[in-house]
Amino acid sequence: MFVKIKDAIVTIILKLAAMLVVGILIWFLYMVLIQGLPVLSKDFLFGLPKEMEEGGGVGPELFNTFYILILSLLFTIPVGVGAGIYLAEYAKDNIITRLIRLSIETLASVPSIVFGLFGMVIFVIKFKFGFSILGGALTLSIVNIPVVVSVTETALREVPQTYKEASLALGTTKWQTIMSIMLPTAFHKILNGIKLAIGRAIGESAVLIFTAGTSISRNYPEFNPLSSGETLSVHLWYVKSIGLIPDAERIAAGSSAVLILIVLIINVVMNYYEKKLRFKFLGVK
Amino acid sequence: MEQSVGYVVKRNEKTRLVNSIVDNSMRYLLLLCALLTVVIVVSIIVYVSKNGINVFKEITVDGFFTSDYWSPDEGEFGILAFWRGTVILTLLSISIGGVLGVLCAVYMSKFAPRKIREIMKFAIDIFVGIPSVVYGFIGLTVFVPLIRKVFPDSTGFGFLPAALILSIMILPTVISISEASISSVDKSYEEASYALGATKVQTVFSVIVPSALPGIITAIILAMARALGETMAVQMVIGNTPQVVNSLLEPTITLTTGIVMDMGSCEFGSTWSNALFMMATVLLMVSIILILIIRLIQRRQVS
Repeated sequence: MFVKIKDAIVTIILKLAAMLVVGILIWFLYMVLIQGLPVLSKDFLFGLPKEMEEGGGVGPELFNTFYILILSLLFTIPVGVGAGIYLAEYAKDNIITRLIRLSIETLASVPSIVFGLFGMVIFVIKFKFGFSILGGALTLSIVNIPVVVSVTETALREVPQTYKEASLALGTTKWQTIMSIMLPTAFHKILNGIKLAIGRAIGESAVLIFTAGTSISRNYPEFNPLSSGETLSVHLWYVKSIGLIPDAERIAAGSSAVLILIVLIINVVMNYYEKKLRFKFLGVK
Repeated sequence: MEQSVGYVVKRNEKTRLVNSIVDNSMRYLLLLCALLTVVIVVSIIVYVSKNGINVFKEITVDGFFTSDYWSPDEGEFGILAFWRGTVILTLLSISIGGVLGVLCAVYMSKFAPRKIREIMKFAIDIFVGIPSVVYGFIGLTVFVPLIRKVFPDSTGFGFLPAALILSIMILPTVISISEASISSVDKSYEEASYALGATKVQTVFSVIVPSALPGIITAIILAMARALGETMAVQMVIGNTPQVVNSLLEPTITLTTGIVMDMGSCEFGSTWSNALFMMATVLLMVSIILILIIRLIQRRQVS
């Protein structure tokens, strides 16, 4: 009898913990959206920011966010997927492989601010890029490599061995098998890693403050990768902690809502494609 | 007829040659990608610590770590308040977020119906995607005013709001890794326990959770790495005052927030800047040690 009561109580505690976690998330989203949604308008999203007066927008910051995101993915995806393929398909159990694995695990847990300082020393000072979109994007791509590598490796390892054997038996080379059988089959899982990288790239700020800088170019839109490029996340932090804009509260609330909406949209869209691809290649829902 | 067969054979040989060249060169190209990660890690360690070590040309090692007096204008660089802040904040957030996260992971993997588990997985995906500055923004606009209301004597800034925000931020790390490790415990353990007449809760807590313990500890350590490295959200609510405090409600500082506050105002190469790089080196070393601990745990589990 006592055991049964204990069972019931513990089950309820666990359920409460889970409800609390989901509840925190819903409350969190609610607090951001209720403060930020009223701010959103065409002028806010695409308008120019103002330094000293009210009513500025976040157009250039929003543009820089996506510009830096795309530039960083151009580097992260080939290197990350490439290293993942190597670890899954070629790596033998030797000291070099162990060193690579240790490096990737280390890279995954390096604090953002340390990446920021590293990017500053290498790209801003040594390569003389200055605070720039390119410096920010390259630093960010380093931050994102480990997640893409480990997701790619796991995804490739989970492809049924028979697929690979069937392809090799038909006389293809290893590389042809990887490109035409392994990667397409594992693609929906790799997409999940890319989703994480996109989320990090959009939300990251500590990495970008000292690499992409906290100011924007005079031109809008600015495509020159060597001009300084404050992103939306950095802007949100800047107006709230350092800036002198009188309506910092409004800018911050609006930017938060925009960031949350981007995160939600990316998750929904990518999940949809992931399911579709999984169905296409594996035939399971 | 014979001629065309010869042509096909010849062409096949040519394709085969091209294929084998592509095959071999791709192999090395991929190895290069993988080795690039080693190069990056080594250069991060070298460049960050090289600048950091320069600080000891002017400040003694002992004074740097044990003095609580930080005043760059007077040439005083003691980082006691900074590292103490990081340690206290990490422990506080682990004890709140770690416990909640593990309980949630247990529920998710062993009690939740499939539909609810799907919903929770989606919720965790969203959690991961929320930018740190947005966490900071909520801390600043919701937690700080609330604390100020409950404790009217305080400014609302300090360890308390920072620990609350950080506990939420580490939840996805704790939950997803513990959940994976609990779910991967061999089904036969569970069945054996039921066969002995144990209830579900008894089975979960005396059989499954102990077997998944290495994974759960890994989750907690990774969450610690996340907590001690978090910068922006903490910076917005901790108060950024380099002082040693013994209360949860007084403004203080951590290593990461100290770096982000001061880096913009000092000249690269100065003692001040080197001191900040040394703080970054400390963070880097601690996270490498945490990774090595995780590897030890995993190796023990395998053997």
